Amino acid sequence: MMKKNIRIGCGAGFSGDRLEPALVLAEKGDLDYLVLECLAERTIALAQKRRLEDPTKGYDPLLERRIASLLPLLMKNNICLITNMGAANPVAAAQKIIEIATSQQVHIKVAAVTGDDVISGQAGNPDRAFHFANFLPFAGDDKIIHHEQHPISNEQVISANAYLGVEGILQALQSGAQVIVTGRVADPSLFLAPMIHEFGWSLNDYNLLGQGTVVGHLLECAGQVTGGYFADPVKKPVENLAELGHPFAEVSADGKAIISKVAGTGGLVNLQTAKEQLLYEVVDPHAYITPDVVADFTTVRLKETGKDQVQVSGGTGRQKLPTYKVSVGYKAFYLGEAEISYAGREAVSRARLAGDIIKQRLSSQVDELRIDQVGINATHRTSFADDTSVPYEVRLRVAGRSKAAAGAALVGEEVEALYTNGPAAGGGVRKYVTEVIGIVSVLTDRAEIFPTITILQS
Amino acid sequence: MKLYDIAHSRAGDKGNTLTLSLIPYDEADYEFLCATITVARVGAHLKDIVSGEITRFELPNISSLLFVCSNALMSGVTTSLTLDTHGKSLSYALLEMEIAR
Repeated sequence: MMKKNIRIGCGAGFSGDRLEPALVLAEKGDLDYLVLECLAERTIALAQKRRLEDPTKGYDPLLERRIASLLPLLMKNNICLITNMGAANPVAAAQKIIEIATSQQVHIKVAAVTGDDVISGQAGNPDRAFHFANFLPFAGDDKIIHHEQHPISNEQVISANAYLGVEGILQALQSGAQVIVTGRVADPSLFLAPMIHEFGWSLNDYNLLGQGTVVGHLLECAGQVTGGYFADPVKKPVENLAELGHPFAEVSADGKAIISKVAGTGGLVNLQTAKEQLLYEVVDPHAYITPDVVADFTTVRLKETGKDQVQVSGGTGRQKLPTYKVSVGYKAFYLGEAEISYAGREAVSRARLAGDIIKQRLSSQVDELRIDQVGINATHRTSFADDTSVPYEVRLRVAGRSKAAAGAALVGEEVEALYTNGPAAGGGVRKYVTEVIGIVSVLTDRAEIFPTITILQS
Repeated sequence: MKLYDIAHSRAGDKGNTLTLSLIPYDEADYEFLCATITVARVGAHLKDIVSGEITRFELPNISSLLFVCSNALMSGVTTSLTLDTHGKSLSYALLEMEIAR
């Protein structure tokens, strides 16, 4: 029997998100579906590196902790979990989930959605080679790939994943899986799939898909719609942020939804929090492109219908594009970063002098050098403050890029050498070297991508 | 008076593009924002941050504006050397704009 309403919660908005809001949702949210969105653009490239080192890894590092604590609640309350924690290895993630279920003596069906990995997925490409020439250009990224001085070579590429839509998740839902674990899927599709499945929406009804995508977009960053990232203690006070509740949507068959959160949790859902999230990361509100639909956010209407309740309606859409976007992770460079603090009289002058010394000594040693004064102009790369306010302390931050780890390490070495070589009273040096994975996008024809599912049972 | 006093904002990033919403606390101020906070004014205010084109979208249904700023994130979150690689803090740079009513 078709349900009148379904309730979809979002318990995580990024890989490192808090663990317990999902538990609260699963316990008290009266949910039908719980979504955990844990896969930023670069996260999958890092996961691919782990998979190459160990073929049984490559899924989200927090998967075991999240699943082990959630599974009893999902079982008790009959909630289906949909998550992209599979990252670069959804099948290994599904195996790990089965292992956890078995140790808890729980019988479940887990589906892994694959087909997003276009490197290992390419037919006749057993050596996992990647060739930019096999893909179509995506907007301005073509300039980055074929940059005159720093072109990205095929050899630098470590991951390439198409943003899948609802297709694979729908197959998994039809199979009756209670846990669905994916790799790269467009974030709103994680939420849209259960709506299509439960309400029998046509994949060609673009207005419904557009509205469902709006609901998914509002939920996908979890605490960003429940007053978390919204909060400002002076102009936008929000209560009990330490126990911020994550959102759920009560969606009806016509796509209309109420965004809310579990009573008693911290946070706030109102028109203002919903507006901030609706426009978040939107580069064209007339055309929000996902693999399922080109959604129009300008037709959306929001209405407060109660305490911590906002109704969302009116989202529309047009036919999806004939291509999938493919996110390509590549080894870009090594980043060296180091910081040192100055406080008290002439702190700013001393920090500036230190910066000049670093510039003189490092400029020719690294490919790009950046020097900021934290407390003055680092965060906004400029300052809008009145000149009268002189900070009591300032932290010099130096960042440099190099093709080699040793070159990047020079940044920390030089900043640390300010300890004895001056200027006076610099303290608290910290230094880091990171291998930077860059991301560029390309496009591929839909006919090249085959979303598939693998079913495992405990 | 600063924009901060009458409106709020959230920054987002897509590659090297920065998005900044601008939402009045009082929906009655939407018309004032439309008339005052032009692309030219935002461009002048963010001249040290945004080096590309700025597009303004009006969303009357939700009484909000959206500024989409290209070439604004020092190459974008994955390869920028800046401290705030996403540009997440830049909503408050926009709200620093002086306004007169």
